[in-house]
Amino acid sequence: MGQNTTVVTEASFTADVLQSDKPVLVDFWAEWCGPCRMVAPVLEEIAGEHADKITVAKLNVDENPQIAASYGVVSIPTLNVYQGGQVVKQIVGAKPKQALLKDLAEFL
Amino acid sequence: MSEVHDLIIVGSGPAGYTAALYAARAQLQPIVFEGAVTAGGALMNTTDVENFPGFPEGIMGPELMQHMKAQAERFGAKLITDDATKVDLTSDIKTLTDGNGEEHRAKAVILATGSGYRELGIPGEKELSGHGVSWCATCDGFFFRDQNIAVVGGGDSAVEEATFLTRFAKKVFLIHRRDELRASKIMADRALNDPKIEMIWDTMVEKANGDGKLTGLTLRNRKTGDTSELPVTGMFVAIGHDPRSELLQGQVTLDDEGYVIVDAPGTRTSLPGVFACGDLVDHTYRQAITAAGTGCAAALDAERYLADLAAGQ
Repeated sequence: MGQNTTVVTEASFTADVLQSDKPVLVDFWAEWCGPCRMVAPVLEEIAGEHADKITVAKLNVDENPQIAASYGVVSIPTLNVYQGGQVVKQIVGAKPKQALLKDLAEFL
Repeated sequence: MSEVHDLIIVGSGPAGYTAALYAARAQLQPIVFEGAVTAGGALMNTTDVENFPGFPEGIMGPELMQHMKAQAERFGAKLITDDATKVDLTSDIKTLTDGNGEEHRAKAVILATGSGYRELGIPGEKELSGHGVSWCATCDGFFFRDQNIAVVGGGDSAVEEATFLTRFAKKVFLIHRRDELRASKIMADRALNDPKIEMIWDTMVEKANGDGKLTGLTLRNRKTGDTSELPVTGMFVAIGHDPRSELLQGQVTLDDEGYVIVDAPGTRTSLPGVFACGDLVDHTYRQAITAAGTGCAAALDAERYLADLAAGQ
């Protein structure tokens, strides 16, 4: 895994994501998903550059299918921003860094 | 001012990487814009590639592209994982702007940006994109386990996607607007004989329906004019591709479908020092191997152009 991002699972989701005091960007990804791999280094950079404002966490949908299904994720990569236990923003599909920073501007 | 490179290549499918390989071996030290999130091109979204020569057991698309990339890098191609957001090809020194707004300059440019998937252009398609409407079976098929889904199209891509999706789906409806498939015989036969695939002929999709996620499609039979509702939770659109030539409008000459016009079998465009190859040019064949072939030709054309430039000085 990356240096700047953390790993979350079904077991740790409530504590690490829903109960976090900072906004958490959850990256729903899988090994076989090419676009997910493309966007991974970009997320590492964003996580490193904005660690004080937002936490970036990775959730593997192969290993955690229930959580993905419960949030209606049917296409990956999907990036959900959680704040106060709710999804406050959803970004579906791989995007370059500039586009992601624009989408996340309100949190950074 | 930034340095002027000999050659910049825009694109990283079989055409782009093959051009990069040949240009690197010709000591042109090419710079390659791979794409910020699209490096590797169309084959990154496919599984088994059975028809690229040299691989009797077939090879996975992403693996084939990884080999091509490594080969180009081995001989000195410099890959930039970024997009070209603006190009100015009209002067002797061409300028390309990357995703950060920085400019890169070169004496010659090879355009190999390929094609993007075509949309149906129907109500609900954009809204439900990523929420049941998809253009990539290998990406999203996983999420439709045991569900009824639809694939729209009649060519090799549509048939391949439908066949792939039978691994996950309960049933795959293959919706085509004609009464026979355009796909290669071997692919068509596989689909027609697959018990999980049901053909819906002579039919167009009028609307994608659902609130926040896809629940069904409104279909219209072209021969009878009858409409019907098909309850599906996934729709994979595979109706073809359009060339990625948006950045080139008003610069190199395009045909009325947006493909770049070249002096085939050569790769010269209407602008000196600008060459084009792969699916950005090719209406007809659009195979990885034909793209690789024209990528090689473009590199050789560029090499000749640069040599002539140097000799003329």
